[in-house]
Amino acid sequence: MGKLRDPDCNPLQARAETVLTDYAARAQAASGPRGRKPRRRLSGRNIMIYGTLFVVSVYYLLPLWVMVVTSLKGMPEIRLGNIFAPPVEITFEPWVKAWAEACTGLNCDGLSRGFWNSVRITVPSALVSIFIASVNGYALANWRFRGGEAFFTILIFGAFIPYQVMLYPMVILLREAGLYGSLTGLIVVHTVFGMPIVTLLFRNYFTSLPEELFKAARVDGAGFWGIYFRVMLPMSLPIFTVAMIIQITGIWNDFLFGTVFTRPNLYPMTVQLNNIVNSVQGVKEYNVNMAATLLTGLVPLAIYFASGKLFVRGIAAGAVKG
Amino acid sequence: MQPSIAIRDLTLAFGAVEVLHDLNLEVGQGEFLVLLGSSGCGKSTLLNCIAGLLDITDGQIFIQGKNVTWEEPSRRGIGMVFQSYALYPQMTVEGNLSFGLKNAGLPRAEIAARVARAARILQIEPLLKRKPAALSGGQRQRVAIGRALVRDVDVFLFDEPLSNLDAKLRADLRVEIKQLHQQLENTMIYVTHDQVEAMTLADRIAIMKGGSIMQLGSPKEIYNRPANRYVAEFIGSPTMNMIEGNLDMQITPSFSAEGMSVPLQTYAFGSDAASGPAVFGIRPEHVEAGEGAEAMPVRLDAAVDLVEPLGSDTLVRARAGDRNLWARMPGQPDLRPRQPLRLGFDPARAHLFRLSDDTRL
Amino acid sequence: MRAEAAATGRGATSPPPSAAPPRRLLRNLTAKIAAIPMVLTALVVFLGGTVWTVVYSFTSSRMLPRAEFVGLEQYDRLWSTRRWVISIENLAIYGLCSLVFSLVIGFVLAALLDQKIRYENAFRTILLYPFALSFIVTGLVWQWILDPEFGLQSIIRGLGFENFTFDPLYNPDIAIFGILIAGLWQGTGLIMILMLAGLRGIDGEIWKASRVDGIPAWKTYLFIIVPMMRPVFITALVLITSGIVKLYDLVVAQTGGGPGIATEVPAKYVYDYMFGGQNLGQGFAASTMMLLAVAIVVIPWAMLEFGGKRRG
Repeated sequence: MGKLRDPDCNPLQARAETVLTDYAARAQAASGPRGRKPRRRLSGRNIMIYGTLFVVSVYYLLPLWVMVVTSLKGMPEIRLGNIFAPPVEITFEPWVKAWAEACTGLNCDGLSRGFWNSVRITVPSALVSIFIASVNGYALANWRFRGGEAFFTILIFGAFIPYQVMLYPMVILLREAGLYGSLTGLIVVHTVFGMPIVTLLFRNYFTSLPEELFKAARVDGAGFWGIYFRVMLPMSLPIFTVAMIIQITGIWNDFLFGTVFTRPNLYPMTVQLNNIVNSVQGVKEYNVNMAATLLTGLVPLAIYFASGKLFVRGIAAGAVKG
Repeated sequence: MQPSIAIRDLTLAFGAVEVLHDLNLEVGQGEFLVLLGSSGCGKSTLLNCIAGLLDITDGQIFIQGKNVTWEEPSRRGIGMVFQSYALYPQMTVEGNLSFGLKNAGLPRAEIAARVARAARILQIEPLLKRKPAALSGGQRQRVAIGRALVRDVDVFLFDEPLSNLDAKLRADLRVEIKQLHQQLENTMIYVTHDQVEAMTLADRIAIMKGGSIMQLGSPKEIYNRPANRYVAEFIGSPTMNMIEGNLDMQITPSFSAEGMSVPLQTYAFGSDAASGPAVFGIRPEHVEAGEGAEAMPVRLDAAVDLVEPLGSDTLVRARAGDRNLWARMPGQPDLRPRQPLRLGFDPARAHLFRLSDDTRL
Repeated sequence: MRAEAAATGRGATSPPPSAAPPRRLLRNLTAKIAAIPMVLTALVVFLGGTVWTVVYSFTSSRMLPRAEFVGLEQYDRLWSTRRWVISIENLAIYGLCSLVFSLVIGFVLAALLDQKIRYENAFRTILLYPFALSFIVTGLVWQWILDPEFGLQSIIRGLGFENFTFDPLYNPDIAIFGILIAGLWQGTGLIMILMLAGLRGIDGEIWKASRVDGIPAWKTYLFIIVPMMRPVFITALVLITSGIVKLYDLVVAQTGGGPGIATEVPAKYVYDYMFGGQNLGQGFAASTMMLLAVAIVVIPWAMLEFGGKRRG
């Protein structure tokens, strides 16, 4: 059909046959389908696709919804009602209580303590680990010294070793260095265990930059740090953002290192949250618990929604080897 | 006069793989040398060794009489232009030009003067405040050349500088590079895989293959007297016609292959020519077809097999017996497949190679 | 060759021989100094720490590490401890289900998102957001949703199904599935994103070719696309597996290992014995077993992935 409608598409045939054929083709074109293919908006296929995605989305959103509505209800309403129902009477009491009054052990100053601890842990840990890992990646990608690849391979394998295997040796190392239980010690831990993934990220990025740029800078007489700060860094802002996202969410969400390597006064938010919610004493205040949970999830969620595609790029970069 | 660049017994190996073997090369003052070869032949590797961007395994490199074998790239007195331009994207054109000079700690006034001079020579003065992203391909390459120019050095290294440009721009910039060389009179080493660039630019061409230099000579020498079969087939388009057969030096030298015999009295043999299996080569542009063939010492009957009209002239693949021969015919002859065609050539313009080692006879 | 002839011809004027030979160690010294943290991490923590733990798993260490070797005694004890055996069973069930469901759901969702649909970004954002949350938050939310008194069970009963029972967190037989639900909710988004990237990486002309050949879409997916995405599947498999073995925070937050010891997992066993039970030897032996489990998956993968194409 399609061919007949447009005889010009085959010049040989058009030349060989007469105008009559052209006429016939036009007549046929007038009766056959023509123009844009009609599109049915509600085809069975579309209903299936959008229907499935919609149901799955509801399932994924449900926990967030439950957290929000529960945290805005009073305890009487929770005891009587349905956990999925929106609050009849909105109260911010649970949020205030979770932030400023909830008890962990003897301290009753709420999650705010954990929040500030997490900030104090996350900011320096992210900065230090990213700086060190980016220099590693740069040295590996551009300077290619002897043995570099061997160390890097060990590092990547290290990413798969269960932390539990290295936990105790790390405790010993930190204790010997006098850092066990301190903030500095935890920064070291996050730098060490974050190193494989972030180094990989930077190595792959710097390898993807044209090597001739590095060569040109060497001919121009720039040294190791000169090239890093003057040539590489200004070109790498996106990848630094990606690394920031990975590290901040990762460190913020950490629980294991927080319990093993710090003392109670330095517990990060996740550890404190778990202690508040899963403490056995007293009456369970579900609304306060959910407010606390939501508060803890707020920082990574904010980063997630603000960063959008970069977050996706970050986890994809971390997951797919180069 | 001492050579501008001298390379002695240079060897480069990555692990067990030898990329350059025992290479020797001298480049004269102000010479334009082109390293030509297909990809993977080691030409760019050699250039990187000269620049100091690759650590060599063995041998020595001298630039202006100074042993720079272990010297940092920036202290070798070279400027380098890359295929991908390699401009620093976050710096302006001015910043790109002055980066090396700042690293060398030159006084500000001196830097400004040199940048101004390079910009004037390359006619990029209006672009100085722009970022590379805002430049066209040709402008970027000019800035890249400028970056070598400001260094005020005796040796320029070009690593396939025109490969990323389209055909028209490539031809324009080729002319500009040639003019620049005539103006500056400094030594230039130019790596390319494009034989037209090599033929048009070079004082001497070094044809490389598998990490060795196959032939080093002027473009004319390389074209007229290729030292071996590889060089003969590499230079010239379409490729030289090659016929395998036997060379007989007994009474009068002649070459014979199935269905043909070519007398070779007029051929300029080398000193070590001897009878034996050989390859006979003749360039398509030296094969006359049609009427012109009758005037040639050697003639044969063939039939048109394939025609490639190029406009200015026409390439014909003709079938003679069971072998194909390419001929280049002037103008636009009217030829149809299977039509009979007379071919002819002058054995004086032919090339003979020994079959066993491919060297010229 | 001519080049050599030229060189030897002018041999007399050749410049003086090379200066001092290079000192290999000192070349690119700054780069080497800058890499010291990486070298220390790789050698001391990752390699040294692992070897240390494996070695000390053969000792009788209790409160403090003690180099008194007792052979496989710790492993004998480990495998005759009911809590460890249950931990391993749980991990096997969780791991297998998590692997199968993550891969299948992840792939199906990615395929759905890849149909040039509207609002793709919105759907993707929704499916991935749980991945940004910590396991603690995930565990606590699902603990609340699965609460038999207020959560899902009570609501469905309220709808008239009086005998409906779904209390995974309080029923030891199915408690591990309660954790699985939460784990899948948190982690499937990541697999979906990987699969989506894999699907996008496939040459569009494959689709054109299969359309011209008249192959139905589901067949194209099953017999052409999935085999082409083998590397993505393998990467996902390795990621999921290494995540499964590390499973810890989620259990701590959601069930604390309970009811009883119904949801204990190896990582929790290690932590409890190392830092709670003052029985280091057991902790070392258990963590070595975890290492072994990961090695069984990762080493063949690494050989497959990097073994074939090792080059400079």
